[in-house]
Amino acid sequence: MKKSKDVPAKALQDSTAAFELALRTTDKGDYLLRLYVSGITPNSVRAIENVKKICTEHLHGHYELDIIDIYQQPIFAKEGQIVAAPTLVKELPPPLRKFIGDMSHTERILVGLDLRKKI
Amino acid sequence: MVKTTHTTKPPAELLLKSPTGINGLDEITGGGLPQGRPTLVCGGTGCGKTLLAMEFLVHGALLFDEPGVFISFEEKSDELSKNFASLGFDLNDLAARNKLLVDYVHIEKSEIEETGEYDLEGLFIRIGHAIDSIGAKRVVLDTIEALFSGLANETILRAELRRLFRFLKDKGVTAIVTGEQGDRNLTRYGLEEYVADCVIFLNHNVSQQTATRRLRIIKYRGTSHGTNEYPFLIDEQGFSVMPISSLGLDHPAGTDRVSTGITRLDTMLGGEGYYRGSSILVTGTAGTGKSTMAAHFVDAACRRGERCLYFAFEESKNQIIRNMRSIGIDLEQWVNTGLLKFQNSRPTLYGLEMHLVAMHKAIEGFNPVIVVVDPISNLVAAANEAEVKSMLSRLIDYLKMKQITAFCADLTMAGSSRERTDVGVSSLMDTWLLLQILEASGERNRGLYILKSRGMEHSNQIREFIMSAHGVELQDVYIGPGGVLTGSARQAQERRESAETLEHRQDIERKQREIERKKTVIEAQITALHAQFEAEKDDLELVIAKENQRDKTIVQGNLAIARSRQADDVSHQQESAGKTGKGKRS
Repeated sequence: MKKSKDVPAKALQDSTAAFELALRTTDKGDYLLRLYVSGITPNSVRAIENVKKICTEHLHGHYELDIIDIYQQPIFAKEGQIVAAPTLVKELPPPLRKFIGDMSHTERILVGLDLRKKI
Repeated sequence: MVKTTHTTKPPAELLLKSPTGINGLDEITGGGLPQGRPTLVCGGTGCGKTLLAMEFLVHGALLFDEPGVFISFEEKSDELSKNFASLGFDLNDLAARNKLLVDYVHIEKSEIEETGEYDLEGLFIRIGHAIDSIGAKRVVLDTIEALFSGLANETILRAELRRLFRFLKDKGVTAIVTGEQGDRNLTRYGLEEYVADCVIFLNHNVSQQTATRRLRIIKYRGTSHGTNEYPFLIDEQGFSVMPISSLGLDHPAGTDRVSTGITRLDTMLGGEGYYRGSSILVTGTAGTGKSTMAAHFVDAACRRGERCLYFAFEESKNQIIRNMRSIGIDLEQWVNTGLLKFQNSRPTLYGLEMHLVAMHKAIEGFNPVIVVVDPISNLVAAANEAEVKSMLSRLIDYLKMKQITAFCADLTMAGSSRERTDVGVSSLMDTWLLLQILEASGERNRGLYILKSRGMEHSNQIREFIMSAHGVELQDVYIGPGGVLTGSARQAQERRESAETLEHRQDIERKQREIERKKTVIEAQITALHAQFEAEKDDLELVIAKENQRDKTIVQGNLAIARSRQADDVSHQQESAGKTGKGKRS
């Protein structure tokens, strides 16, 4: 089980982004994300890289990311209601949302994380 | 029926089977589902797929010591527990004993966003983990099609499903995969493509407002199996299939006889009654006494301590008991002692096949020696004639197989030919009693005759019978110029005959008296003649005596003359004559 907690510096250049983030953090608090992967498959590796990238670029430290290998912890697959791998679960803020795949569609994830409006 | 365990292991090259423990299904499949392979169970909504699958697991856990995993895509575990509690399956208890593991897989399309390539490893791991944690031998996926509605990428899904079934085979578990019936395919998403070993199709058909559940094995690779549609029943005891059509014509035929309950009818049937294990048909128009015949038969059987099962499709149990009491048959006592059981149901309650399954179940449960079906003709209300015939032939086959004597009453319509049955089953029957109304001289009377009785001598007479307070009584036969006399005509004939007999007897007596008289007269005459003879004899004797006297007198006179003449030669004569005379007088 890999666990990483990245808290980047709160350096906000973009004022619009700062406003948006401020709004979100005050409203909904920090993000709690869980990424379920099944061992080191190409999909898993890609997914981990993509999620980390999204977190660093868009959540700016207001998040907690758990990466769980369901091969090693199969019980989490049941508890997390995981069917596909890799799966990213947005536990907080509500509503609960699941992303499956190698997380290559960044836009979709951003929309799903309420970081972007649907066009 | 077939709760058989694999006591003898078949040779390794044969397909091993996992018994389902479901009544009848193991018979059709020749032992169960293919072991270590997936089986597809498909059918429409509410046809019993989940139940079949769950029973497979529960029986596996309880009867064959094979723990099971139930992966549910539709119902949560507590919902499943509640649903199956009504069938007497305690899923929670099984789960606590590590015999059963229920995993609810929640897939909600609105919660899921697909972002690139993925696989179903999450599901695999869950199934694998569940199997390993209790050492499961059986797995149910109910219904895996939920994946199709939850996930959009069908290409990935199909590839993953193929992998899933291979995964299950590698795990060596016997799996049931359920699938919803599709429009053109067996299943909506073509699951049959992946599960190629065994496919069972469940059907819930409604025709003429009655629903019938049927099961068919579409495919079973590597083994022979029943190919027909078999009706099945879901009731409080769960799932049961009737493999009735598989029966052959090889039932045993005993020579044991069983009384009809009516002594004089026994006499008509070779003196001993019906054959045990044979089928008896009683036909007749309304009110000819078919049920009464049945009641007599049942009563006699219960008296011998035999168990009887009475299927009534027309009257309620209480009605039958009341009506039979009026002719002096108390059926209630047998119901109370448990020898007699009534099984009342409306013919239209469910389809014919369901009736058959229900009857089959009732017979299995009660284990009777005699079964009465009263009347079979009412079943036509539930289906058409051909179906009824096929159903009855299977019922009778089944009863013969079990050596149960079947007594079927059949109502024929007035006006139609008497020697045919509405449902055309007469050829199946061994003994056929025909009850008919004999209409003559302004009366309707009941008549009975034996149309056929296979394998025994039987009377060819038409007999009138009367229902009295002591039950059915067969009357003596009176043949008039126009055939058998019945009712008051018979009574008149009876009286006429007794009158004639009386007259005849009187005639004889009169003749005998005449003889007596004649004898007296002749005897009197004899006496008179005798008297006359005596009288004449007396007269004659008197005359003879007189003559003798005269002779004597003459001799004495002559002697006296001779003495007076002193003649010598005469003296000698005189002495001897004197002696004679002396002797005569003394």
